Amino acid sequence: MDAAKLSVRDLRKVFGADGSGELVALDGVDFEIAEKEFVTVIGTSGCGKSTLLSIIAGLEEETGGVVVVDGEHVVGPGRDRGVVFQTYTLFPWLTAQKNVEFALQGSSSERADVAREHLELVGLDRFRDSYPSQLSGGMRQRVAIARALSYKPEVLLMDEPFGALDAQTRQLMQELLTKIWEEHRLTVMFVTHDIDEAVFLSDRVLVMTASPGRIKEDLPIGIERPRTFEVFSTPEFFEYKAHLLKSVREESLRSAEAMEALA
Amino acid sequence: MAGAADQAAAGAPRRAPAPARPKRKRKLFQLYSPIQPRTYLIIAILSFAALLGGWWLAAELDLAKDIFLPTPADVWRSAVDAAKDGTLWDDARASFVRITIGFSISTVLALPIGILIGTYRAAEAVIEPSVDFIRYMPAVAFVPLTIVWVGVDEPQKWLIIFIGTFFQQVLLVQDNVKRVPREYVDIGHTLGMKDRTVLRRVVLPAAAPAIWDTLRITLGWAWTWLVVAELVAASDGLGHSIVVAQRFFQTETIFLGIIVIGLLGLIMDQAMKLAGKRLFRWAE
Ligand SMILES: Nc1ncnc2c1ncn2[C@@H]1O[C@H](COP(=O)(O)OP(=O)(O)OP(=O)(O)O)[C@@H](O)[C@H]1O
Ligand SMILES: [Mg+2]
Repeated sequence: MDAAKLSVRDLRKVFGADGSGELVALDGVDFEIAEKEFVTVIGTSGCGKSTLLSIIAGLEEETGGVVVVDGEHVVGPGRDRGVVFQTYTLFPWLTAQKNVEFALQGSSSERADVAREHLELVGLDRFRDSYPSQLSGGMRQRVAIARALSYKPEVLLMDEPFGALDAQTRQLMQELLTKIWEEHRLTVMFVTHDIDEAVFLSDRVLVMTASPGRIKEDLPIGIERPRTFEVFSTPEFFEYKAHLLKSVREESLRSAEAMEALA
Repeated sequence: MAGAADQAAAGAPRRAPAPARPKRKRKLFQLYSPIQPRTYLIIAILSFAALLGGWWLAAELDLAKDIFLPTPADVWRSAVDAAKDGTLWDDARASFVRITIGFSISTVLALPIGILIGTYRAAEAVIEPSVDFIRYMPAVAFVPLTIVWVGVDEPQKWLIIFIGTFFQQVLLVQDNVKRVPREYVDIGHTLGMKDRTVLRRVVLPAAAPAIWDTLRITLGWAWTWLVVAELVAASDGLGHSIVVAQRFFQTETIFLGIIVIGLLGLIMDQAMKLAGKRLFRWAE
């Protein structure tokens, strides 16, 4: 791995350092993502995944350590990093088309064309003029993905983008994302606590410890690409899954113990 | 399944007659349950008619002397008279112009200030404490002061409407913009937008329906302040017509004034509601 696309060095985040009760959310997070690599971060609830992603996006300020994208230190949000959140992803006052155009620059006909192209990519060209309230949850996330892809950020950050969807829709979205990724090869950091999702989508899975978060394990996923839904029933898939389940479970137990100790 | 196989073997399956569909109970009285728009309308009309009928009956039966409770017919006659000699229109116009001016001044100032203190904490620290403090001073108590300050002409009416409306508007608008989901703002920033662009393209459209509601509600309050101002010192307007009528014990004219004020308020409110629905179709 030569120069990393995204590199996170010894990242620390302490909430409430101004006296209102300190909470160490991240304690020395260290990892790299290579160009065109799909990396997923998993961990128990509250371990600091969203905090980590927000800092990389530049929306939250780190307490210590650095984030470097393409050799440049991150000091705030920017167009080199696209973000897809779990909720409130689309502007309800804009149509699907206008939501995508919102992210674009250039002349209005150029923007319209690029937006249309990307809605087609996620299979929503027919719903161009629909408002988010007229779309299903899965469709909304597809528009959000179209928007994030449309302006070609260097790194795509996704925080549980399918977390609010039902199991079937979720799997379809995973397949769609994999297909798009395999065709376009972007650098992605994906956050989830769904282990199946992590194994299916990723080149590598990073497991975080329970709070305060650190990277506990870095597991390359060797499943061949292109991947289709059949991957979900291969022995290989189950092996990775079993391994990660165990690894995450240890952390869940640790945080449960910590909670009991508190009580 | 043996039964199914038998049936298939016997050719066309004989279906048991479908059981009669049990009737659903009408859900007129069930928590939050929707009702037919027509039912709603009928109930609404009946209720309003009952109110009028009750009034009419009470007046006809002379439950109270005429100078306390005129009949609907008396009020109607007084309305026709006032309409004929033009005083009704003049008074209504005077009140309408006052509320439009007073409310507009208040709104034009409250919007930017409310948005500012809803989005910048430093601005909030500067402005909120004093606004919060003044808000609890009753606007009515300012009437004498406003007369001392600006006299009894039109600006005094505007000032009372302003004092009664402005401070509430500022705090409500502040709350409206504060409630814009942070994720929307974050999206703007991750797209490389500057604060000002985010404010214009994200915060304002996101808060617009709520701000519109704020204006609608405060317009209703503004009517109260208008009438207060007109009751105390005015030479025309609906509030003034009520005071004059009181002097001559013309109860039916007092009733007329109150009803017209209510109607005007209702019409403006419904107009804003309708306009809001049109403007913000997406917000449902
Ligand atoms: N703005 C904040 N102020 C104070 N504490 C915070 C803040 N944001 C997050 N935290 C705390 O930091 C820790 C990590 O939160 P974070 O949201 O990053 O977890 P997560 O891994 O994304 O959890 P989940 O899987 O439930 O989304 C939690 O203990 C949370 O309470
Ligand atoms: Mg999270």
